[in-house]
Amino acid sequence: MPDPRLELYIPEPRHRPGDRPSFEHLALPAAGETRRPDVLEEESAMRDMPFGLVRVLDEAGQAVGPWAPDIAPDLLREGLRAMLLTRLFDDRLFRAHRQGKTSFYMKSLGEEAIGAAQAMALSAGDMCFPTYRVLSWLMARRYPLIDLVNQIFSNEKDPLKGRQLPILYSARDYGFYSLSGNLGSRFGHAVGWAMASAYRNDDKIALAYIGEGSTAEGNFHEGLTFAGVYHAPCILCITNNQWAISSFSGIAGGNETTFAAKAIGHGLPGLRVDGNDFLAIWAATRWAAERARANRGATLIELFTYRAAGHSTSDDPTKYRPSDEAEAWPLGDPIDRLKQHLIAIGEWDEERHAALAEGLDNEVRAAVKEAEAVGTLGKSKPSVREMFEDVFETPDWRLIEQRRELGI
Amino acid sequence: MTVMNMIQALNSALDVMLERDPDTLIFGEDAGYFGGVFRVTDGLQKKHGLKRCFDTPIAEGGIIATAIGMGAYGLRPIAEIQFVDYILPAFDQLVSEAARLRYRSGGEFHAPITVRAPYGGGIFGGQTHSQSPEAIFAHVTGLKTVIPSNPHDAKGLLIASIEDNDPVIFLEPKRLYNGPFDGRHGEKLKTWAGDPLAEVPEGYYTVPLGKASVVREGADVTILAYGTMVHVARAGIEDSGIDAELIDLRSIVPLDIETITASVAKTGRCVIVHEASRFGGFGGELSALVQERCFWALKSPIERVAGWDTPYPHAFEWDYFPGPGRIAAALARVMEN
Repeated sequence: MPDPRLELYIPEPRHRPGDRPSFEHLALPAAGETRRPDVLEEESAMRDMPFGLVRVLDEAGQAVGPWAPDIAPDLLREGLRAMLLTRLFDDRLFRAHRQGKTSFYMKSLGEEAIGAAQAMALSAGDMCFPTYRVLSWLMARRYPLIDLVNQIFSNEKDPLKGRQLPILYSARDYGFYSLSGNLGSRFGHAVGWAMASAYRNDDKIALAYIGEGSTAEGNFHEGLTFAGVYHAPCILCITNNQWAISSFSGIAGGNETTFAAKAIGHGLPGLRVDGNDFLAIWAATRWAAERARANRGATLIELFTYRAAGHSTSDDPTKYRPSDEAEAWPLGDPIDRLKQHLIAIGEWDEERHAALAEGLDNEVRAAVKEAEAVGTLGKSKPSVREMFEDVFETPDWRLIEQRRELGI
Repeated sequence: MTVMNMIQALNSALDVMLERDPDTLIFGEDAGYFGGVFRVTDGLQKKHGLKRCFDTPIAEGGIIATAIGMGAYGLRPIAEIQFVDYILPAFDQLVSEAARLRYRSGGEFHAPITVRAPYGGGIFGGQTHSQSPEAIFAHVTGLKTVIPSNPHDAKGLLIASIEDNDPVIFLEPKRLYNGPFDGRHGEKLKTWAGDPLAEVPEGYYTVPLGKASVVREGADVTILAYGTMVHVARAGIEDSGIDAELIDLRSIVPLDIETITASVAKTGRCVIVHEASRFGGFGGELSALVQERCFWALKSPIERVAGWDTPYPHAFEWDYFPGPGRIAAALARVMEN
């Protein structure tokens, strides 16, 4: 007889600080192994896809299998540039926080392929609804570095007028929706935006990001419901970077099924994609975009990756996970892998890479210097009048009176 | 001019806007083919097509998130929440997103959405179909909150709300849908027929947000009310025999502070009336504003007549509901000084 007493189960990660990290249990499909369905294939015939893993780059840096895209080397170099710039920018601005030049910073370390590949795979008029770890989208779309740094310093030239926490950017003209620190709450906006595009018979699509931790939020499930019901032309991406601050993906349900499999209950195709493989992300995004533009609705994409840095400048990940866990990540580093591929196809070399890195670092350094000349946090700020603007389209009497009360 | 009840007036406003602006569209639970549980969207899908007026999943957070996304794209969506009592799952969307989108994005994005919801009591709807949560929205800077009290205003205010570029919570006093209600619950139901405010132009017009209406001029005391309570207050004035000035605020954000202060400066007394429970209600804000701006004109303490600080009770509806008797008593009290 089994023991009749019930027992509460609390999932735990396999490894904690001091343990030897290992991801052997993941049993990941090899590059090229997961099939590529036709773009117009029925969802009901694709329910194996959430349990595969779309991978293109193999161990030797070759693009293999049915998802290997036909991308011009110039485009790949452009992607490499965006990723490398993101990493260099992150390093320098993270240090700026440590030097007291700003209040907060978050790095994209290990996830740089995602925003870069998707920004390049989608069109100029499309809109992404970002999380705070897709800076590489803006880098790929060539958003001015100086505007980023001014925003991070909340100085007089901050494009968001001193109102928003550092890195919670908004860049409409670059296809980048307003960020917020509330997790998941813009997921449904992407669906609404996409429905609006379809309503207007436009050709633009939306792309939403959410972290695997925030898939537990109602916003995620509501977004999938609306996307499924109305065939909204959008790509709904879960960035599964294994960690939500200190909570491992199992706390969000990652031990029970894949995050991509959440698509099945909503009648949506679900792809699981190597989030450290620029080519795989680009190919999967193109696939989903083509499907959406053909009026076949939304696709859910799980981008399987690893958050190699801490959650933010306020976090110390060595308190809850092995300090060398990132090195054990079986899907490698996204920048190294794209670089290796470009070298393998004879389109890149170490010298050019070093020169690119040096040039980009100089660009970052120049932008930081220029922003510092305007002022770092507390040394410069926009007019305090800005505090009262944009609450409403036109300030009401309360705001006008309060502004006067402050003497401005 | 046509005689319309409030449902017909609201329906007419939506019809006018669907005709006038191709960027408007309506959606909500049961709002499409069926036309809404109170019939406010009746016939609009048939007339304007499936894509202009349609049903949604039962997910208020999803409804408002969808509306915000559509607004950010450039449409002017009108979302229906079946009862305002059900709006709370969407509260994060309203507070953290709709209300702040323009501000936090430096003006790059905004949410020109209108959220319609039946509200208020007097229909034996119990806790989940009777509440008046307007103070919660009024407290959230970035949201506008509009509450009509008659068919004419309902149509003009709804059109103004739809055309407004800020997010608007449009609360429809459900007890007034089919006729005015003065709180004398034992009497025969009235219809809007014969009421001058039920004479509604068929075409386009607006009633501006932030402009109160002086419903009755008076010399001795100012009553501030909105929604159903405008009618109940009028009955309270009749019962008391006191020459009170009755102001229908029509929107609580933006608030017509000038009309309020001008009236209290004249009368020197103020009674504030709302259905919502008293503690932390919008009456507290009104009371503070009147005190701050009209203290030296006041001849007696400001009175609040409101719902009790209990959940909305079913069997005790008329014990809870602030009726004309309580208003008349408050008027008598302020006149003692």
